[in-house]
Amino acid sequence: MNETPTRAPLRPAAATRRIDPRAFALPLALLALWWLLTAGGWVDTRLIVPPGNVLRVAARTLGDPVFWQGVLFSVARDAGGFAAGALGGVALGSALGASRLAERLIGPSFHTLRQISLFAWLPLLSSWLGYGELSKLVFVALSTLYPVALGTFEGVRGVTLEHLDVARVYRFSRSQLLFRLILPAAAPQIATGLTLGLVYAWVATIGSEFLLANWGNGLGNIIIKGRAAFNVELIIVGMLAIGAIGTSLNRIAARVEARALRWQRPPT
Amino acid sequence: MAQAGTLDIRNLSKQYRVQGEPLPVLDAISLSIEPGEFVSIVGSSGCGKSTLLRLIIGLEGDYKGEILLDGQHVVGTSLDRGIVFQEHRLFPWLTVEQNIAVGVLNAPGSDAAKKRAVQEHIALVGLKGFETAYPHQLSGGMSQRVAIARALVNRPEVLLLDEPFGALDALTRGHLQQELERIWRTEGITAILVTHDVEEAVVLGDRVIVMQPRPGRIKRIVDVPLARSRDRGAAAFMAIKDDVLSEFGGVPPLEAINPSIVLQRDISDWHFSR
Repeated sequence: MNETPTRAPLRPAAATRRIDPRAFALPLALLALWWLLTAGGWVDTRLIVPPGNVLRVAARTLGDPVFWQGVLFSVARDAGGFAAGALGGVALGSALGASRLAERLIGPSFHTLRQISLFAWLPLLSSWLGYGELSKLVFVALSTLYPVALGTFEGVRGVTLEHLDVARVYRFSRSQLLFRLILPAAAPQIATGLTLGLVYAWVATIGSEFLLANWGNGLGNIIIKGRAAFNVELIIVGMLAIGAIGTSLNRIAARVEARALRWQRPPT
Repeated sequence: MAQAGTLDIRNLSKQYRVQGEPLPVLDAISLSIEPGEFVSIVGSSGCGKSTLLRLIIGLEGDYKGEILLDGQHVVGTSLDRGIVFQEHRLFPWLTVEQNIAVGVLNAPGSDAAKKRAVQEHIALVGLKGFETAYPHQLSGGMSQRVAIARALVNRPEVLLLDEPFGALDALTRGHLQQELERIWRTEGITAILVTHDVEEAVVLGDRVIVMQPRPGRIKRIVDVPLARSRDRGAAAFMAIKDDVLSEFGGVPPLEAINPSIVLQRDISDWHFSR
């Protein structure tokens, strides 16, 4: 062979890259400022509580099974709503992207409804479905649906005619076309939509626990309890927990994405 | 070994409509290709040579005249006809062996037989050891080898090649021309190569069909009665090459970078083969 057989390495999974230690500078500076302000007595420590108190409440909360039950409920709510919204979003986006008829029939309504802030759905949802689990799940699903449908739509639109020719030459059936060409080709944009959907779903999960509060279980309810008892420490612990869980979910998603899209050319 | 097909093209004409006006692209093409023959088609941009291949493969219809493979009218695409495009058109999310397996996805036969065919064709195009590589890890020449294997793996009767080496550098190109000749002989298949490279046409073709543009017609058919593998430096080879070149006024035929007709098609215009 005259050609030198070469094989470029696969890119290292993005999620395994380490965090630059400089990223910790800002949070640490804020923490120091917080500590200084409260320790120096420059602020009303009933409103801006000292970090030490938060730590104490955090330790107590983490030892409380009710907290963990709340975490479990919130994550389950998030996962259930996300799964339903993601499936619906991929289906809707595929239909809009692949069928001109679907785009003409549904597209304008979809793009109009998208303009309505998600939280504006809540009064309607609670009137129809009450303040129970179903309302919350539908709300989370709806929040996931939009970004996933948009990502999928973009991805499906990006399928090239050259690849469609290949599918015709090898006589792909309708389902082969969908599962062996359209969805894999759209996968990078679908992944972007799913990542965004995951963020929205978590925001919506906590939001629904706030706004459809029925003193049920969930991280949002813990914060509400904190506010009702004027327990600022508990509010902050709840917020930190929400942030930590959201970040963990996104890191897991980034790993899954890197694994699923390892066929992509590494960014140059 | 694949059974080689006889291809008969009778009085074939094709026109597009561009802004309501008819634009003829092919005019009264008649051509008969023997089983196992290697035919090269050369012409400059706009002579409709790629359209001719798209009609034979069945990616375009709506033509006048007849296209017959072994006496049967060509309708739509079929696994009897394989094609290699100028760009490799591999699926980037599939490995080399998975891409080649796309060629046998809808072919009859057991999974084990298909798997064997894929492995044989990886060996045929000299890509052993690269089975699990992704397209972005391959050079242009290697990607085109994969595309050739994908086109051949279901043992078509006719192999169509639409400027398959047009985007490769000269060295890789010359090497793959030799490889293609070897593969064509091994498979005993009927092959039609569209190119704008006169030397490539003469090196590979039993006959060279010279086409002229607007509308695309056959200008001349040149026989290449030289023994294979052909020596590009031999006087007899140079004479035939010069003869073909003289049809273009001694200037190599030009290929426009952009096709003159851009058809508005997208995924919504897809029609299913079944």
